[in-house]
Amino acid sequence: MIKAILIFNNHGKPRLIRFYQYFAEDMQQQIIRETFHLVSKRDDNVCNFLEGGSLIGGSDYKLIYRHYATLYFVFCVDSSESELGILDLIQVFVETLDKCFENVCELDLIFHMDKVHYILQEVVMGGMVLETNMNEIVAQVELQNRMEKSEFVFISRM
Amino acid sequence: MSDVVEKTLTALPGLLLSLDSQPGAAKLCATSRLGSLVRSITELTSKNVGEEMAEPPAGPLFHTEKPCHVRAIYCEMLGYEASFSYIHAIKLAQQGSVLEKRVGYLAVSLFLHESHDLLLLLVNTVLKDLQSTNLIEVCMALTVVSQIFPKDMIPAVLPLVEDKLTHSKEIIRRKAVLALYKFYLIAPNQVQHIHDKFRKALCDKDPGVMTASLHIYLKLIKESPESYKDLTDSFVTILKQVVGGKLPVDFNYHSVPAPWLQMQLLRILALLGKEDQRTSEMMYEVLDESLRRAEINHNITYAILYECLKTIYTIHPKSELLEKAAKCIGKFVLSPKINLKYLGLKALTYVVQQDPNLALQHQMTIIECLDHSDPIIKRETLELLYRITNGQNVSVIVEKMLDFLRLSKDEYTTIDLVGKVAELAEKYPFPYNSWFIQTMNAIFSIGGDVMQPDIPNNFLRLLAEGFDSDEEDRQLRLLAVDSYLSLLECDTSGLPQRFLQVISWVLGEFSFLKEGLEPADVVERLGKLLDDDAITTETRCWVLAAMSKLCGSSDALCKAEKVAHKYTSCLDTALRQQAVELELLGRDVDLRTRVLPQHVIGFCVWLQVDSSLSFLDGFVSDALARGAAPYKPPHQRQEELSQEKILNFEPYGLSLPVSLSACSLTDRQSPTALSLSSSLSGNSADPPLKAGSNLLKLEGVKRVWGKQGYLPEKQATEEALAQEPSSIFAPSHQQACSESQQTTFSTIVEQDQEKRQLASSLFVGLGSQNAPCLVRTVSQMSVKPTQKRSKTTSIHLTSAFAQNLSDSTSEAVPAVGNTEVVEASEVSSLSGGSGPLAQPSSQVERGLESDLPSRLPATLVGLLRSDVEELCSGESLSLSACKVFDADALVLAIFLSNISDSSIQEVSCLISSEQLKVPEMCSTFSVLSFYLNGLNPQLEGSVSCASQATQSFSLTLSLVDFIRPLPLTTEEYGKMWLSFSHDVKQNLMLLKHEEEDQLEAALTALKEKLCLHIVDVIGAEGIMACQLVSGRPCLLHCHTHGGMLAIWLRSPIADLPDCLLYHCQKAIQER
Repeated sequence: MIKAILIFNNHGKPRLIRFYQYFAEDMQQQIIRETFHLVSKRDDNVCNFLEGGSLIGGSDYKLIYRHYATLYFVFCVDSSESELGILDLIQVFVETLDKCFENVCELDLIFHMDKVHYILQEVVMGGMVLETNMNEIVAQVELQNRMEKSEFVFISRM
Repeated sequence: MSDVVEKTLTALPGLLLSLDSQPGAAKLCATSRLGSLVRSITELTSKNVGEEMAEPPAGPLFHTEKPCHVRAIYCEMLGYEASFSYIHAIKLAQQGSVLEKRVGYLAVSLFLHESHDLLLLLVNTVLKDLQSTNLIEVCMALTVVSQIFPKDMIPAVLPLVEDKLTHSKEIIRRKAVLALYKFYLIAPNQVQHIHDKFRKALCDKDPGVMTASLHIYLKLIKESPESYKDLTDSFVTILKQVVGGKLPVDFNYHSVPAPWLQMQLLRILALLGKEDQRTSEMMYEVLDESLRRAEINHNITYAILYECLKTIYTIHPKSELLEKAAKCIGKFVLSPKINLKYLGLKALTYVVQQDPNLALQHQMTIIECLDHSDPIIKRETLELLYRITNGQNVSVIVEKMLDFLRLSKDEYTTIDLVGKVAELAEKYPFPYNSWFIQTMNAIFSIGGDVMQPDIPNNFLRLLAEGFDSDEEDRQLRLLAVDSYLSLLECDTSGLPQRFLQVISWVLGEFSFLKEGLEPADVVERLGKLLDDDAITTETRCWVLAAMSKLCGSSDALCKAEKVAHKYTSCLDTALRQQAVELELLGRDVDLRTRVLPQHVIGFCVWLQVDSSLSFLDGFVSDALARGAAPYKPPHQRQEELSQEKILNFEPYGLSLPVSLSACSLTDRQSPTALSLSSSLSGNSADPPLKAGSNLLKLEGVKRVWGKQGYLPEKQATEEALAQEPSSIFAPSHQQACSESQQTTFSTIVEQDQEKRQLASSLFVGLGSQNAPCLVRTVSQMSVKPTQKRSKTTSIHLTSAFAQNLSDSTSEAVPAVGNTEVVEASEVSSLSGGSGPLAQPSSQVERGLESDLPSRLPATLVGLLRSDVEELCSGESLSLSACKVFDADALVLAIFLSNISDSSIQEVSCLISSEQLKVPEMCSTFSVLSFYLNGLNPQLEGSVSCASQATQSFSLTLSLVDFIRPLPLTTEEYGKMWLSFSHDVKQNLMLLKHEEEDQLEAALTALKEKLCLHIVDVIGAEGIMACQLVSGRPCLLHCHTHGGMLAIWLRSPIADLPDCLLYHCQKAIQER
């Protein structure tokens, strides 16, 4: 099960956080800080897996992360998830973001945080992987956006 | 930046409120400005937006509710609380248009958590949306349900979510399945009834829904693989289809068909095939196929490959597949990609226990990885080395680990690795005493105060209790003393507190071993430690305690007193007490010589601890005499409480279990006039009292320490045997072999796999830890004259059988054959003995009956036993058993005899019971519960040998087997009678009217049949007592009048009287 998904930039500023297991507010911040601390000191040429954060779940817990330009995408998962599988899931997620935002960058995540969340909701639901097919995810998100637009048009006509 | 955010926060509530005050206007205004908001935000991208975003934007831009929430989410993400907006988010989810709802739901799912109060307000909204015709609304509701719904709200939405399983849209079905999975995780009981629907989801025509349902199955199968074996075929078929590319191309990822689905399926197969050959066989083909297909060089194929490897090594092994898998592991380990290398090491770690050769193949790579620049890889390599440690390589491996530890800063890694190093050092300390001490020192100084506290404790215990030889112990201690003295000479300020404590204890205890060392010197050095301000009061206590131990000589005493004096007015009570004690010791010479005898090695060796707390017996019986309720263990209290039907105290149940059960016992004359206050004050202060038996309940307590000190795994031979079973269940149960001296008993403590091979020729004794499957004893006995009966090796054999044939009734003559004595104590632990016991007999039953006493182990000879019963017999083997009623256990003696005239080989006997799943704590309860269900538990088993096919047998146990007489005086009986709560009365017809003393006859019959103890007979009344093996009593009161016997039974255990009555009835009728 995926316990948390954290996206932060090179300075440790959170850009998106989603916990699938409840943690108190300050605990969440602590987790982000610790995770950033662990991840940021690693070079780009070492492996993408980390074990041993003591905050979420102890030994039954690993971090799988990817570093893209200015952003770190970190998935905190328990031992039942496959490392490489999650690594590719991050890739799918980022590719989807890229498709939805056309050349996604850190700013998109800031300004369209809600949209990023909607996309994430189509990929992971309640800690479980829901969909891994990029086209399917995009289709779902677009369906919702279309509705948003039509509603917008409808209201502005009023 | 944070200032800016703070400002935003203060601005937000005002804005939101102003919006609320004029909803109609706001709505209009909000929607019309949405466009401009979007536009302005897009424009903002060029500026320094991070700051702008959190700043309260000028004027009307902010006046739409939707962005407000997005901003609140943003603030929360940054760690600023925005709780004021929670209620607005709920409102938005409730009342907004679809697109506002979406924001509302998102905000709610991010803000709230399972136990948040506001969540209640959301239930209706969710219910409404679940019933909506709008696809998006349903999706949102399902998402929020799976994200934050707590246990007690599930029933409200469950039927609706269930309905969605039949929805026409696959996305809805898929989300519903996942929501149900979430429910299952939170409250498994509530979704029990829809397991059928899960099956339907598994067979859904849409692969997406099927994939989602696999989450559920993975979980279900993990919990009980047995119940889903029938699905193996389906999973294999699905995987075959997926691997074969039968899915639409949509599901391909980098031209691999549905990789995540494949991984999930492989994981499920691993669970199903674990330790199950038949099931495993079904999957070999598809696993092979998977291995073959995964050839494209992409991450995701390696992901599948890795899962495949894990599955292959988990299920019942097949050599071909293992070979291929080993090759694949090589691919991982040798890969230049670091991620794959990491996984390769992980796989090796997983596999290496089964196949150490694999590690040898890759030893060069492993060595390289040890010096890898990535600490994660290094750690994984150490983990692998840890698994392959043995006596020869331990020092090298430990050295590597310590090197790593010295560089590592991570606390978690330190704790974990330090524990492992300590474990290794303790496991293999014997050949290298100095190495052991050095390693432990390194551990203490590196591990410092973060390591597990049991590491120093174990170390001290090892030192104190020692190993096998006195000389070695002495050396070890001396070495420790030496190394610590030299450590104290250097700067001690950097040493962790735990280490200082260890040092002071060792010096206090063993420094006398070093010749020429004055205690005064040691005291002085220890005293220097105290000068350091950084050391904690706890450590100071340790130091003072060590000093008090060194106070043998007046010189040392003088110095110690000086130090201690400083602390006699210290604020910390523990420290002050220590100091005052030391002073007192100094003043009183007699006391000193008594407390500190000179030069006694190992204090704790002769310290006797009365672990049965028998010194409290007087106190307990006094309290009982004064009418206190007998002690009940907590689980029993709980159980009785739940059976209490007079009044329902459900809401208060947690806080009052003791007093309630106690008051129902003592005040049972007036159960309705239950006075809570009196019973609380009266009983809650009672100390824990023990009922019946004075035995310490040791069930479930793992035995790590024996009389000779720590019982390392390697001692799992005779020693452990003598102590393990006996300590767990039956203290009097010393295994002994009656027949032959050469019989060696041994047991294997079940946790250690490696030792299994070492001792495989002996027998397996399983403790209560393995309870779920009651017993699985497979003992392979190799009979010395193997293969062929050659005359030279088995002369006595032929002669013995010759004699047998000629005189079948003769006394047993030793010959080659096998007897296995398997004993089940209290039916939950089973230990057995095997050996070349001689057992020839062609007339099994007669033979056994006549010489049974000589064949039973010595401890069982004098005890009551049942007749020997033949369980099964074949051409060459015959198996019979008798129950021996030991005082505190039911012992099952099983006789295995060779009835053929040739030697038999590879005898294996397997005993199990499906019905008896014995919980660790209370075996009698489960036994009892069987009789309550009208079931008599059956032991089932099978026996086989080389020359004979497997034969199965079964043996039924009955309640009577567990009943023992309870010797009581009339007075004790009277007291107990009043304190028991459960009773049953019944009149039984006495058939034989002609008898003169009907009572006497009836009582005798009961005594003989049921092992009751006749306490007293007064006129036409008789009282009897008995107990279950565990010591739970039952009292009987019998009274005859006119051909009827009125029996009245009382016991503290509900339903025991009922069951016993049934047996009494039977006994009287059969008389």
